[in-house]
Amino acid sequence: MSAADRTEDKPGRLADFVDGALRGTPVALAALPFGMLFGTVGVQNGMSVAEATLMSAMLFAGASQLVGIEMFGQKIAPWVVVLSIFAVNFRHILYSAAIGRHLARWTRLQRAVGFFFLTDGQYADGERKALQGPLTFSWYMGYAMLLYSNWVLATLVGAAFGNLIPDAYALGLDFLLVIYFMGMVMGFRKRPLWLPVVGVSAAASIAAYYVVGSPWHVSVGAIAGVALAAVLTPGRKGATP
Amino acid sequence: MSATLWIILAGTVVTYMTRIGGYLVLSRVRRIHPRVEAALDAVPAAVLTTLVAPAAAAAGPLEWAALVVAGVVALRASLLTMFLVGSAVLILLRNLPL
Repeated sequence: MSAADRTEDKPGRLADFVDGALRGTPVALAALPFGMLFGTVGVQNGMSVAEATLMSAMLFAGASQLVGIEMFGQKIAPWVVVLSIFAVNFRHILYSAAIGRHLARWTRLQRAVGFFFLTDGQYADGERKALQGPLTFSWYMGYAMLLYSNWVLATLVGAAFGNLIPDAYALGLDFLLVIYFMGMVMGFRKRPLWLPVVGVSAAASIAAYYVVGSPWHVSVGAIAGVALAAVLTPGRKGATP
Repeated sequence: MSATLWIILAGTVVTYMTRIGGYLVLSRVRRIHPRVEAALDAVPAAVLTTLVAPAAAAAGPLEWAALVVAGVVALRASLLTMFLVGSAVLILLRNLPL
């Protein structure tokens, strides 16, 4: 029996799983129209319903899927499409490095499985959870299973039935994630260097958004903020900044 | 194998690599340098900001109003409350006959 098993009894694990799923509800709701959109666009660009659904089940990465399908429709060489998927997903490297520090009690298998589901919301809510207490595998998977099933089913519905998407503008669906993620940015405001990091990331991502275009602004802005934090921090512990 | 399936499979591999890669690299390092530690602590604010700032810059007054209200609420209330209030303001404003 591992240490994690001893500290996590069975009812505790179930409660954790449910709690994780509940925490994922806002992000799942906001991702729903994007999943349907991906399914619809995928079929319009020549994919079968099964292929579009398979892509959601295997990649589980919305922005990269939309970029991939857009290029796929333009008959661009497959390896270029794959390279673009990699570039759009590059930010996950930062997520896995950062959240990996909270997973010391997980088994190797739990880590191998868990990292497959490391989406934007999973990462951000996981970091928040780690601020409040241990980030258990049960909690993490509760969150992951809700988002995953939501994403795959939304794709299937969008691909099979096409333009069922409601009036996204009137429901504010295009902007809900922005509001949610801004609340999350605020939630980390106690961390050192928060304001300079946010300022530089905002400026760099807005500049990149207009100069290079979406979705590259995410990686550019993130690297700018992270690099700033590294530069502003003294090289040795105890040294004054 | 069709080009579509090839793209899906290769896309799956590269996506999983990005999701486990940062961890694999960092777990090889025995002692994490303070600068690296600071950089990792900055990841959530940095990445989440890039998901917010350009979208906010490209939006209009209705969205800005919702963000301001949500930002004020976030200072005092939970994330969920902030989200519900911000969404309500946005939906209300968008459906007003302005």
